[in-house]
Amino acid sequence: MNAPISSFDPFALVETSAAQVRVASPCGRLSLRARGDLAPLNAALGLTLPEKIGQRVSAGNLEAICLGPDEWKLETETGAVAGIEEACAKVYAELPHALVDISAREATFVIEGVRAAELLTLGCPRDIATIEVGTGRRTVFDGATVLIWRDGESSFRMDVWNSFAPHLFALLDTGCRELAAEAA
Amino acid sequence: MLLIHCPYCEETLPEAEFAHAGQAHIIRPENPSAQTDEEWESFLFIRSNVKGPHYERWRHLHGCGRFFNAVRDTVSDRFLTTYKAGAPRPDLETLTGEVK
Repeated sequence: MNAPISSFDPFALVETSAAQVRVASPCGRLSLRARGDLAPLNAALGLTLPEKIGQRVSAGNLEAICLGPDEWKLETETGAVAGIEEACAKVYAELPHALVDISAREATFVIEGVRAAELLTLGCPRDIATIEVGTGRRTVFDGATVLIWRDGESSFRMDVWNSFAPHLFALLDTGCRELAAEAA
Repeated sequence: MLLIHCPYCEETLPEAEFAHAGQAHIIRPENPSAQTDEEWESFLFIRSNVKGPHYERWRHLHGCGRFFNAVRDTVSDRFLTTYKAGAPRPDLETLTGEVK
């Protein structure tokens, strides 16, 4: 069992006229590595794993994002992790793969607001506009590897490792206030 | 900041997402115990220090995580090309021909 833990204050929140950052409630996260014909895994998961880096596919409460040529991340409800592991274990003989429960590894920031995309540019050297709505990318934010999900034009989720969370939140906090002060 | 094209992500991305990983196309001997000390030393430590186009490995560390190869001009820092790991070494003449 890999239950979500966090050294980080789960109620951390910053809200200004520019953007809002809050911590999402815990969810189940799985890392999946596999190569070859993915049909058995697709059948076990009940969705077609996306093959282009950054693409997302969801089915019910399960969402998969392609992070690398042979790497995916799955997000679901906390209670659904055991069922997914069981289903994938059944096709292991057919398609050997690595499926690891990483629920406890990360916290997710939900970043929304009119200047949310601009807020991300404070720590991310990548052009945020190249992340289309409905996709996501693993990239770097102020020196730490993060996974950015773009849910809307100005609505993002950022998965960060627990140990980096206080540091990154401090930057987002400052950024939110800076952008709001600039506008005022 | 340099912009580097990742052949796996098929995107041109800022250097901060990447990590340099040394000279490319260095093949580990199949049977290390059959090597002489000199051969093993040259595999482990001896690297070329090219002035001009250099074949090197990079890793898309904060991204797809993949190692790939690149040809970079060590004088101008310009990337002539990047290609997937395992792909044959591209012909330098065609690459430098494009630059002119």
